[in-house]
Amino acid sequence: MEGRITELRMEHITKRFPGVLASDDISIEVGEGEVLALVGENGAGKTTLMNILMGLYQPDEGRILINGEEVRFRGPEDAFRMGLGMVHQQYMLVQNMTVTENVALGYKEAWSPFRLSLPEVRRRVIEISERYSLAVNPDAYIWQLSVGEQQRVELVKTLCLGARFLILDEPTSALTPQETDELIALLRNMTSELSIIFISHKLQEVKALSNKVSILRHGRVVFSGNTDDHSSQDIAAMMTGHSIDLPKNEEERKAGETVLSIRDLVVLSDRRTTALDHLSLDIKAGEIVGLAGVSGNGQRELSEAINGLRKVESGTITFFGKEIQNLSPRQVIDAGMGYIPEERNVEGIVPAFSIRENFILKDASKAPFASHAILSRKDIDSYSEKLVKDFDVRCPGITTAAGSLSGGNIQKVILAREIERKPRFLIAVYPTRGLDLGAVEFIHQQLLAIRRDGIGVLLISEELDEIMDLSDRIAVIYKGSIQKVLMHDEATRARLGVLMAGVKEV
Amino acid sequence: MTRSFRIAFKVAVMLIAAVSAVLIASIILWMIGADVGATFYTICVVPLTNSLHLTEVLIRAIPLCVIALGITVAYRSGIINIGAEGQMSIGILAFTGVALAFPDVPRPLLLPTAFIAAVIGGGLWGFIPGILKARLNVSELLSTVMLNYIAAQFYSLCLRTIYLDPAEQGLGAAGTPQSMRLSENVWLDRISGRLHYGIVIALVLAVLIYFLVWKTTIGFRMRASGSEARAARYGGINVAFYVTLAMVISGAFSGLAGGIEIAGVHRRAIEGVTNNYGFSGVVVALFGGLHPFGILPASFFFGLLIYGATLAPSRVGVPANIVQVMQGVIIIVIVTAQMVLSNAYLQDRLWRKLQGMRKKEA
Repeated sequence: MEGRITELRMEHITKRFPGVLASDDISIEVGEGEVLALVGENGAGKTTLMNILMGLYQPDEGRILINGEEVRFRGPEDAFRMGLGMVHQQYMLVQNMTVTENVALGYKEAWSPFRLSLPEVRRRVIEISERYSLAVNPDAYIWQLSVGEQQRVELVKTLCLGARFLILDEPTSALTPQETDELIALLRNMTSELSIIFISHKLQEVKALSNKVSILRHGRVVFSGNTDDHSSQDIAAMMTGHSIDLPKNEEERKAGETVLSIRDLVVLSDRRTTALDHLSLDIKAGEIVGLAGVSGNGQRELSEAINGLRKVESGTITFFGKEIQNLSPRQVIDAGMGYIPEERNVEGIVPAFSIRENFILKDASKAPFASHAILSRKDIDSYSEKLVKDFDVRCPGITTAAGSLSGGNIQKVILAREIERKPRFLIAVYPTRGLDLGAVEFIHQQLLAIRRDGIGVLLISEELDEIMDLSDRIAVIYKGSIQKVLMHDEATRARLGVLMAGVKEV
Repeated sequence: MTRSFRIAFKVAVMLIAAVSAVLIASIILWMIGADVGATFYTICVVPLTNSLHLTEVLIRAIPLCVIALGITVAYRSGIINIGAEGQMSIGILAFTGVALAFPDVPRPLLLPTAFIAAVIGGGLWGFIPGILKARLNVSELLSTVMLNYIAAQFYSLCLRTIYLDPAEQGLGAAGTPQSMRLSENVWLDRISGRLHYGIVIALVLAVLIYFLVWKTTIGFRMRASGSEARAARYGGINVAFYVTLAMVISGAFSGLAGGIEIAGVHRRAIEGVTNNYGFSGVVVALFGGLHPFGILPASFFFGLLIYGATLAPSRVGVPANIVQVMQGVIIIVIVTAQMVLSNAYLQDRLWRKLQGMRKKEA
């Protein structure tokens, strides 16, 4: 059992769910020290396939071979025993326990009937983190750690439990660009001792890390090959079934008057430290201003302060000539502000509510959805049917709980609600985080469309490509104030990167 | 997973639940040497056999239903109101106070006024935890329970002092403290036996709550606040306001339930008259799926159990306490079964196991 995994093969795996063929005769193969990238759009069947490999699902047909021998996993425990380890997209860590305690939860060697030897676990954590240069503090509590650090803890945990083959489900979806680069370097290092399968739809990472790539679409492998032989564009086209060129903001800038003017804004964070430090920014009608920056530099606080969700200590926010700082969220909405919040699942939608209820969340008491406080089902339904069609929300029906949709479709629901309300301005915070290319394309088109209608947009993002593709002007935020505002053609990745790191230009 | 499997799963779980509830209850009865069959017959069947029994079941279902409706409003808005007992007491005090103060005002004026007083009393007792929760994030579990104690003592105090029946004053501490019989001008008429027109009020309120919670913008906002407060706030909903409003409505319903109970059944305030309805109401609300049309049958079922408990001592010699123990067992088993039914993962695992067995056979 301690041996290496020199070869892992899944052959002709088929898995049916009611009404869906989740895996359709899929075969993949990973050799020693190889990195296989499993790419495909949301819902293509990547996670299902990996859950089969980990024994969480049983395949209807097909078999799994390790070092040439067929294996059967009845549950994840069997897969662990064979040396497979998976890091899920959502981290499985107990927030108010330390790193060591979290590892100890699964580390059976340290358990005796009435005693748990934490020092032993701690030694093991240190040993593993040194061996793979995964820097973690074994005594830190999980809640103290950033998302990137938590990811490393997940990796250390999996390795401590004896994994010799790693499966990573979208490991970078919650990481900042810097953290992503670090992780990729770390993983590349580890391939001297391990094989890796990683699920992703970010093609840069696929190119940077993997030797081989398998592309899944609608539960089938549509392509397998060496990563180096194919360009990102080729892979993207095979992933979606048509070639994707993300739309670019190439039309002439015809910005109008300044509609949102922020002056010397001071706002505190949740921990009462200064989050925005005399921030000033102007945005005109009909332009997209991209706010670039490493997350945690005041982006959340800025969007919340504008929308009346966070107290403004000093400074002014002028919106169409009217000061809106410290108004209620309702008043800001009524002034014509559209808002796509950062956390779509808990801020953008009420997850247990149906799609149609989420569509009218901001307008429940307005005509035609209600008269005299009584909801008008018919008008709500016809409006919702139209929105679902116009915005291509893939769902069983308008009464489906919005929380059960995929991330891309949830974002479409939010976008549909905000755009159809005919806002005078739109704030979009990380609008495409974690979405597949098809959804990204759609959202970018929509943002460009409302710009064309003469509406100003503040686009907050940490994806430099997104910002450079869409923005007329780019503002860089660092430690709660604007470093510099660049015109679109002045901005380069390198220059933005330097500004985002806090270096002042002379 | 096939449709027939899903139905079979549901039927099997409910069957197992029913059988195990009866089994556990039977063991308890057998241990105290009671006649098992006769006891079950007395509790579950006798109350349905004649109209007098049936009316007694219904008068117990009325306060349960009204309280459960109020609890539904709070629960759907994200607050667990376990202060209905106290809210009901305050409602009774307000109702009785009006009735004692203006005994000669004609009924068309006095009865509504007294009901409104009950609504305001209960509503005020719901407002306190509501505003504490909304403004200062004080746990409603803590505040409602503590307010129950305060209400209970205040109720007791009033009945022993300003409300005390002059006829009882000579008795000192001997009798059950109670007010004098209230003026006929605050009585609810009776339909049959002790069954009063409160049942109509309860039915109307059930429809009203259904309408309020699911068909109006107020209900929409309360449900949004309860379901995901953050999204509601981002959507421009004043969550603090709707949370407080929901608690006021919830308290008002409990207060009204108290008023109805006095006007229809007892016609005077008596110590102990709340009869734990406030707590049973929480169970009825959950049991009825937090929906008015589930609460109606649920309150009837609990009315049956509560009334059955009063019959058992005289008819089969089983103490009422034991009947309450049995009720507890039945409720836990049924609630557990509901949880099992809603666990899709378990259903899936069983399905896979069956599939595996079938494959082996083949």
